[in-house]
Amino acid sequence: MSTFAHQFFSGLAMGGVYAILALALVMIYQATHLVNFAQGEMAMFATYMAWNMMDSGLPYWAAFGLTVVLSFAAGVIIERVIVRPFAKAPVLSMVIVFIGMVFIFNSVVGWIYGYEIKDFRSPFPEKAWFGNTLMSSHESGVIVVTFLVLALVYGFFRFTPLGLAMRAAAQNPASSRLVGIKVGWMLALGWGLAAAIGSIAGMMAAPVVYLDPNMMSSLLLYGFAAAVLGGIDNPWGAVAGGFIVGVMQNLVGAYLVGTQIQLSVALVIIIGVLVMKPSGLFGRVIVTRV
Amino acid sequence: MFTRRNLLLSGAAGAALAGLPAVALAEDMPGVTATEIKIGQTMPYSGPASAYGVIGRVEVAFVKMINEQGGINGRKINLISLDDGYSPPKAVEQIRRLAEQDKVAFIFQSLGTPSNVAIRSYLNEHKIPQLFVATGASLFGEPKQFPWTMGINPSYRTEAIIYGKYILANMPDAKIGVLYQNDSFGKDYIDGLKAALGDKAAKMIVKEASYEVSEPTVDSQVVTLQGSGANVFVIAATPKFAAQAVRKSADLGWKAERFLTNVSVAYPILKGAGLEKSKGLITAAYVKDPADPIWKDDPGYKAWAAFATKYMTASVITDGNAAYGYSVAQVLMQVLKQCGNDLSRANILKQAANLKDVKTAMFLPGVLVNTSPDNYFPIRTMQLQRFDGTRWVSFGKLLSD
Repeated sequence: MSTFAHQFFSGLAMGGVYAILALALVMIYQATHLVNFAQGEMAMFATYMAWNMMDSGLPYWAAFGLTVVLSFAAGVIIERVIVRPFAKAPVLSMVIVFIGMVFIFNSVVGWIYGYEIKDFRSPFPEKAWFGNTLMSSHESGVIVVTFLVLALVYGFFRFTPLGLAMRAAAQNPASSRLVGIKVGWMLALGWGLAAAIGSIAGMMAAPVVYLDPNMMSSLLLYGFAAAVLGGIDNPWGAVAGGFIVGVMQNLVGAYLVGTQIQLSVALVIIIGVLVMKPSGLFGRVIVTRV
Repeated sequence: MFTRRNLLLSGAAGAALAGLPAVALAEDMPGVTATEIKIGQTMPYSGPASAYGVIGRVEVAFVKMINEQGGINGRKINLISLDDGYSPPKAVEQIRRLAEQDKVAFIFQSLGTPSNVAIRSYLNEHKIPQLFVATGASLFGEPKQFPWTMGINPSYRTEAIIYGKYILANMPDAKIGVLYQNDSFGKDYIDGLKAALGDKAAKMIVKEASYEVSEPTVDSQVVTLQGSGANVFVIAATPKFAAQAVRKSADLGWKAERFLTNVSVAYPILKGAGLEKSKGLITAAYVKDPADPIWKDDPGYKAWAAFATKYMTASVITDGNAAYGYSVAQVLMQVLKQCGNDLSRANILKQAANLKDVKTAMFLPGVLVNTSPDNYFPIRTMQLQRFDGTRWVSFGKLLSD
């Protein structure tokens, strides 16, 4: 029983990381209707920045805040400088740009910091919370942070004029322009927010998986799976998807098929769900009028 | 215009061209002149494994020192060390260049299992010795199939056999859980353990859990292994996953005797896992840890430190990989000395397979290099060590497979 509980909760904690990454993907998708393959590598780069700041003596939360702000700025700049010129290009060109960015971030970081793993501090105390023996404080902390980010994202889109403007810009650019929304800036804002959320995912993942230039490649795969499973246009769905993928991955590996093919089986289940519900478990069904 | 005659002619020309390097390679002593012997190697100076590049740099510096002292048997050594970025296709390209353009006598210490597998057939076909490949995979000690290829590191299998023997002797009722990387590296440990435990293996190994390098963590596997009731935990994992496994097993409060592959015992890795959580780990070693003050009066260490200060920079002294490269370079010199003036490829291989109790500066005391035509595993002795929270402390006798 205790083994089952451990599997469940360690899956839940990893699921939290997938969920935050999925939220970043949802963010960009909401703003641009594109999926950013370089999201993971951007987050990895941000995590290295945070590590650098802490290494030079900054306290954790200062480095955390600064990283989130810098990531936001970097996201905006990337949109303005790299993505904007491709605005009218076919989607495939955009995909190539994203893939190019994956390799650029990966090799630049490897070149600057090297490929050895680095220890990344957790902001949460060493001792587990409330005598909880099933989860370390970092694992519980990740789940709390996941819900905080979710609340922020949800609140932003639901209750702020800016969030409303962003949703409008993505859904109907032409009309939005007519009512005075600066659509171009809304896209840049989406990129910035996605980069900021991604950096949080990186900083939450690094204490568990350790910091190295390849840390995000596998995480992003699960983040994608989570976003698509939950419905890529729905923040709640993305978070639910993250937790489902994390827990399922552990339980499938431990009790169903053994560790050798746990990844394949987890993905088979996801594909199965999507065959029945193509827009994801919680996604909006889009009807196109012809 | 394609006539049959044209085709025949061009075919003949092609055959003649293709034959050229073969003729060159079939000379008596390729790569050797009255004053020089050329040796080639590829190293990961760039890319994900570039931390190992220091091995190549040490060996090039060592050769420089030998040349300044007059060389071996009156010949200078020219060690051509090229970058392969830890990429097998690039290694193949560089090795062909070394063999066909530079015409080296043999290949020495090329690094990495995948790269060495990739170049092994080519070198064996052309009968070019592939000596002391820098990896512990047990693939590189098969004199019947690949007579021109020889390893140097104790194989992962040897290491696992040593763990198995220790467990059998000291914990005969052990229940063993193994975490292994799902490739030839990890499976060598499973093989070795089973070989050492013999018919008790089925009873003693209660659970095996594998992981893929593409997985983010092995936490789930560690939980499964603990849940199996194992009281011995063997960790056959590369650094990142090893650190995760060490930390998770401590976090779970799992009181098991933990064995950690010597691939992942470097101090920064344990620091990543947490030094307190790494306490009590057991590994098997064969190289002196140059960062350990216990060696400060050891003559071998002193020679190494003096060399590193003069020919490299003082900062490499404490690098275990660098110390390893220094010792392997000494083994190479022994082979060249034994060859005398007959530096044909056949004789180089013959002497490499005829090493008797070769001592080096930075291998642990009692770890001797021995080979024979049917033993291509030069090092088969290791020393068990336990981590005390700050350093690895040797205990017990030397063990062999």
